[in-house]
Amino acid sequence: MILIWLIAILLVAGLVAWATARWSTQAARWVALAATLADFFITLVLWARYYGQLSILPQGNWIEQVDWKWIPSFGIHFHLALDGLSLLLIMLTFFLGIVSVLVSWKEIQDRVGFFHLNLLWVLAGITGVFLAIDLFLFYFAWEVMLVPMYFLIAIWGHERRQYASVKFFLFTQLSGLLMLIAILGLYFAHHAATGIYTFEYEQLLGTPLSSTAAWWMMLGFFIAFAVKLPVVPVHTWLPDAHTEAPTAGSVILAGLLLKTGAYGLLRFVVPLFPDAAHRFAPFAMTLAVIGILYGGMLALGQSDFKRLVAYTSVSHLGFVLLGIFAWNELALQGAVITMIAHGISTGALFVIAGLLQERMHTRQLDRMSGLWNTMPRLSGAALLFALGSLGLPGLGDFVGEFLVLMGTYRVSPLLTILATIGVLVATFYALRLVQRAFHGPNLHEWNLPDLGKRETAILAPMIVALLWLGLYPLPVMNTFKPVLNRLQNYVSRPVAALRR
Amino acid sequence: MNGTDAIALLPLIVLAGTAVLVMLATAVRRNHGFTLILTLAGLAAAFGCIWIAASTVPRQVTSLLLIDDYSLFYFGLLIAASFAVAILCYDYFEKHDINREELYILLLIATLGGAVLVASSHFASFFLGLEMLSISLYAMVSYLPLRRLPLEAGIKYLILAATSAAILLFGMALIYADLGTMNFSRVAYALGAGSSSDTLLLCGVVLIITGIGFKLAVFPFHLWTPDVYEGAPAPVAAFVATVSKGAMFALLLRYFYRSGADANRQLLLVFTIIAIASMIGGNLLALLQDNVKRVLAYSSIAHMGYLLVAFLTGGQMGARAVTFYLVAYFITTLGAFGVVSVLSGGDAEAEHIADYQGLFWRRPALAGVFTVMLLSLAGIPMTAGFLGKFYIVAAGASSANWALILILVVTSVIGLYYYLRIVAVMYFTPEQEPVLIAPQISTLGGVVLGTLAILLLWVGTYPSPLLNMIRTVFPS
Repeated sequence: MILIWLIAILLVAGLVAWATARWSTQAARWVALAATLADFFITLVLWARYYGQLSILPQGNWIEQVDWKWIPSFGIHFHLALDGLSLLLIMLTFFLGIVSVLVSWKEIQDRVGFFHLNLLWVLAGITGVFLAIDLFLFYFAWEVMLVPMYFLIAIWGHERRQYASVKFFLFTQLSGLLMLIAILGLYFAHHAATGIYTFEYEQLLGTPLSSTAAWWMMLGFFIAFAVKLPVVPVHTWLPDAHTEAPTAGSVILAGLLLKTGAYGLLRFVVPLFPDAAHRFAPFAMTLAVIGILYGGMLALGQSDFKRLVAYTSVSHLGFVLLGIFAWNELALQGAVITMIAHGISTGALFVIAGLLQERMHTRQLDRMSGLWNTMPRLSGAALLFALGSLGLPGLGDFVGEFLVLMGTYRVSPLLTILATIGVLVATFYALRLVQRAFHGPNLHEWNLPDLGKRETAILAPMIVALLWLGLYPLPVMNTFKPVLNRLQNYVSRPVAALRR
Repeated sequence: MNGTDAIALLPLIVLAGTAVLVMLATAVRRNHGFTLILTLAGLAAAFGCIWIAASTVPRQVTSLLLIDDYSLFYFGLLIAASFAVAILCYDYFEKHDINREELYILLLIATLGGAVLVASSHFASFFLGLEMLSISLYAMVSYLPLRRLPLEAGIKYLILAATSAAILLFGMALIYADLGTMNFSRVAYALGAGSSSDTLLLCGVVLIITGIGFKLAVFPFHLWTPDVYEGAPAPVAAFVATVSKGAMFALLLRYFYRSGADANRQLLLVFTIIAIASMIGGNLLALLQDNVKRVLAYSSIAHMGYLLVAFLTGGQMGARAVTFYLVAYFITTLGAFGVVSVLSGGDAEAEHIADYQGLFWRRPALAGVFTVMLLSLAGIPMTAGFLGKFYIVAAGASSANWALILILVVTSVIGLYYYLRIVAVMYFTPEQEPVLIAPQISTLGGVVLGTLAILLLWVGTYPSPLLNMIRTVFPS
């Protein structure tokens, strides 16, 4: 039941915020903040309570679950379930949710109520994606989260918001429908094999499939997740959407929506279609490396702060894809840590871009220079997150990418070496960003206020979280490890066996 | 014909009686409000009679009409849609200073025609129903005689519908010459029995498909649709899009699916081509439009294409999917045209995309309803349209019709683009306040739209009651 509450709190608070904004916009903001805080608190309690017994869970494989009949004639259940992996991801969701509400406190001044409605509903949709283990429900949540996100970009975005929002919607919708076809293909294949109509994840695991069928279905799922992740040839929506979205939108896009793609690959693609994934692994890993290098190179060439950070996401998520298709313990752990760390560090970089835009009304690096003199605390924080992004040891991203590279090395040294070059590129773009924006003389004679109390309250926990992940990731790893072991058990033979 | 037959026909009899009653009442004294109440009461009574008739089904009443669960289900759908259209008409024509009462007579006769189509089992009743529907529509489409566009639309519809009816009749004649019967089930049996070498029969059937295709406005028989939708008063356009097309599709579904005629490969090929052409053509042409009514017209062409995909699946699954999708399509289309209708004023229709600029910030509820309707047309979750599309894709997947499904998916994403365009305009903050065509939204219109929106979300999130009802119509 607690899982229902997590979603219901967000949905109801969204409506309440919308209604109260008529009288007081401030009240709407507080409602939204209270809802995200409450959800975050609930997940913390859950984590504390079940931390000790993650490997021997009370309800089968799940910490908590809700299973209601929804559309019985199709065998569709309203089935939400929580395990260590989804726990961490929804914790990240609510954490970044709090950040998004706080960061919009001053930035969003018109249509405040409707903004918070959309903000909370997109968080609810994302929570649904991370919790759903009925494939129909998963698809439902997957599509539903698009609509509020579309509005966030289309109404409160920057100059080219119409173009960016429509592009975002069309890309995800098309790929999502391909996944729907694959889901239905699996559904009927399962019925053909067992005589049972079901969308239940755990029952669909191990459905016997012909190798052609499995290949096409796997591709259907993969394309949907690849667009979200994003993987290189289908990434073009991302820089537009991230750049044009309001700060909260960028934080949610980069921090959470991209993770839904990674989560899908991890939870569905490989376990449901192990053999097809095995055959596809060389392609996927090559695409991942292309993404790492290409995203990094493009990031080097950007003059727009947000666009630069957006391209770094392409590069970082390449590591996640690499780790998932390498499919061994180290690589998978690395992939999950990268997902979380990237959510925090990139989210924070978008927050900083938002703070700069609020103060300077520009995102162009040319217009910035020597900001350290006028805003030392903000610049210091930016430096830290940029270092996180380049993979400095001691910060979360390092742990993740290092583990991914170690895991991948066992599978393909060549791809590992190429991916390592990506880390080098990251050094260039991250340092270039810091140099151009914050170091050097204050050419444009900016005189700007430094971080206020609210802004410090946003960034400080993010710094702490990133340091924690970098220095002592053990509790987090203990939480998702049993899940990864279980996922690996579904796959009988190694997924990636490339020629060395 | 005996008493039981009369009970089985009760919904039709009540509809016909109401039409006469409204006519008499109008002759005595013109009163728009009273006419509406009489019409609504008649429709509600006819709706209620479905349950009385249900005790007699299945029943073949003469050789013309077959009343069974299937007919009754579609009676209910058509009558409910007419009910909504009648209220929208009242709201719409209140703003016009003309004789309005006859419209309701036409509406009732057209509904009766649709119901006869659904129940028909013979060429004679098929043609009778079709003409009752069409002839009423000629007048309804051009019901604003002082405006240019409705007249043009009416004449266009008249000429094309008359031509297509002639083609249809010729097809029937050919089949009668060949088989010596005008009974549908025997014709369908002959088709299904693999007599595909029977040229005369095939010619006749293809001519009939042309006639049906015209009514459904599928590609390439769609040319009248955008002009008629644009010219007709918005609630009448809603009627054309729902009752007229729905009744025809129900007829098609009954005879090509239930009798095993779907085994005929040539016919399947014809329908496949029509389906693909409708999906692609409808969606691509809608991209070029700036007029909301024309967008809805082209999108309805595409939706008929989606329906044909489920139709081509055949079997239980396909028939159920078609029926579910039709219900979703009815609710959505009525809602979308309802918004246009409610927003239109006495002087002009709210049909240009610019009329909708920033609507959300001025009329949040109305824009919200329109958004939900458009998202349902696009097939976004939480709406009936999503589950409808899901059902169709599921039906296609169950029969491994992958090519058709892929085309459906790709074209429906194109569709999403033009729906989003309208949505985006509604949420756009205009530089200056645009002039509102309708200064006031009536409570009545609001109630209809609100009900439709709630129905849409209800079917979209909790479809089990509807699914169970459809199951009883198509028992496995």
